[in-house]
Amino acid sequence: MTGTALAPAPVIRDEVIVEPAPTAIRSVRAQPRYHRRLTAASGLGLGVAVLWLSLLVLIPLAAVVGTAVAGGPGAFWAALTAPQTLNAIGLTVAVAAGIALLNAVMGTIIAWVLVRDRFWGRGVLNVVIDIPFAMPTIVAGLVLLSLYGPRSPIGVNIANTRMSVALAIAFVTLPFVVRTVMPVLEELELDVEEAASSLGASSWVTFRRIVLPSLAPAITSGVALSFARGISEYGSLVLLTGNMPNRTEVVSVRVLSHIENGELGSAAAIATGMLVIALAVLATLDLVQRKAARHDS
Amino acid sequence: MSHPSLSPRRSLAALTLLIAAWLTACSNVAASAPSGSGESTVLSIVGYAVPAEANARIAEAWQQTPDGQDVTFETSYGASGDQSRNVLNGQPADYVHFSVESDVTRLVDGGLVSPDWKSGPNKGVVSTSVVVLAVRPGNPLGIKGWDDLIKPGVEIVTPNPASSGAARWNILAAWAHIAANGGSDAEATDFLKKLLGNAVALPGSGRDATTAFTSGTGDVFITYENEAILARQSGADFDYIVPDDTLLIENPGTVLIDAKPAATQWLDFVLSDQAQEIFGETGFRPLNGKAPARVEGANDPESPFPQPQRLYTIANDFGSWEELSKTFFAEQTGIVTQLLAELGKS
Repeated sequence: MTGTALAPAPVIRDEVIVEPAPTAIRSVRAQPRYHRRLTAASGLGLGVAVLWLSLLVLIPLAAVVGTAVAGGPGAFWAALTAPQTLNAIGLTVAVAAGIALLNAVMGTIIAWVLVRDRFWGRGVLNVVIDIPFAMPTIVAGLVLLSLYGPRSPIGVNIANTRMSVALAIAFVTLPFVVRTVMPVLEELELDVEEAASSLGASSWVTFRRIVLPSLAPAITSGVALSFARGISEYGSLVLLTGNMPNRTEVVSVRVLSHIENGELGSAAAIATGMLVIALAVLATLDLVQRKAARHDS
Repeated sequence: MSHPSLSPRRSLAALTLLIAAWLTACSNVAASAPSGSGESTVLSIVGYAVPAEANARIAEAWQQTPDGQDVTFETSYGASGDQSRNVLNGQPADYVHFSVESDVTRLVDGGLVSPDWKSGPNKGVVSTSVVVLAVRPGNPLGIKGWDDLIKPGVEIVTPNPASSGAARWNILAAWAHIAANGGSDAEATDFLKKLLGNAVALPGSGRDATTAFTSGTGDVFITYENEAILARQSGADFDYIVPDDTLLIENPGTVLIDAKPAATQWLDFVLSDQAQEIFGETGFRPLNGKAPARVEGANDPESPFPQPQRLYTIANDFGSWEELSKTFFAEQTGIVTQLLAELGKS
């Protein structure tokens, strides 16, 4: 969608013709205005942003990459491709990706229920969603172990299995999609959906054609956050998964093992590898999102 | 919005002030000493998690003496390796108490601890214990010693020897059981391989492993006697066995080169009979060999520290931490590193 279209033309979709409600959809997807030349104030803003970002993220990242390559390409590659490490990377990335996709579905459903439905206890549920954010992860691991471990009161024991890795990551990443989708869903105006259904669209078609396209960017960024959080998780896993090499060991445990041994180069090499994977996934998600937005308009 | 509110510029200014005030407060925390009598000294203790309670009680006892009456403490406890790296990276410390010697060696290499820190009669050791086998109440599998651990179907929990330096005592005890009894390195390696093959969980630290075991994971938990006693004092329901042959755990403690003078007096007190008795009450074996009259949580509280028939030591059976770190835990070539890398592959 282009930012110049002041009065969007009616969009012809499969079953219904819909005039997009300008405020609802454009507020989500319209291109932000930007200045072609920096004013003094925005120049200052940019300076502060870059300085802050550099101090907190860019310089530390550069240090990690620097440590990783200091030992030479051979050592870097050997650390990254040790079978035990590759297994840990494979497990971590696969589980984090799977759970991120699961969150896309479950998170959207939870956001939908919280925004659209009025029921007793909604306020409580709204607060409970954030608990995985607020709880120290080691406590999360402890709680999950007592619920889904050998002494499970409900008879489910998945401790020290790969399922436990998925469970812990699902727990700590639950809020991301919910919290990115909710504000967008709140902004959506019901008129459009009502118009669609009054023109004969089923509720599924309305959701798929009208609501979902507006939610897609929020879902995508929630998925990205969830994935990024998942591949870096440590605290909730150490108690629950047993850290068994080649089976339930995740990347952060490999990194910690190298640090404990004073092998900082190897630790940084794995961190750099994960950085590349994370960047690739985030960039891909961004591309998908842009493509979807272009396709829509 | 109609409700009265600050203009954006004013609220931005207020926010900036708030952040500035907060940052100032943060940076001042370290500098502010508790006000009191002018002679007051603050000693920083940095240690691994397990002796936190013992140290607190020893500090209390010391403050009753002339040397310690004007001293207060700032303490920091965590995973041994992490704590050692923190000190190396600038965390203030007057006295450190770690699980393994290599965590002090790191500080010697960094110029923070004198190279002759082991020259005293205690050879740098401030607390000791032994490796024991914790089992389910009543010992349903009839575990008696190391050889029972490699029987098929025995599920073992031990902290991860790769990510927890402190956990290395356990794996070394199992190695010594074969190697120090006339077995070849190959036989000892094979024994460790079978033992690790029976492992169902390798939690991140000794305390994590205790939690995993008391939460129901595994049949046998390789741990330190003091950890077992402390857990039982806190109500954990399991038994433990002191094997006929096991490894002596020696936890190093020392003062830093730039420490305040009171730190040396503190170390002297830590080594005194009075302080060692407090260590004994929390499950450590006192350096002087005098067990307290009663240790709650021990198998036999009246005779808490049975002497194993054979007690291996790092010095006698492994040479030094430097050598064994290379032999067992070096990247790619270490015996334990390789065994762990092969785990879980069929």
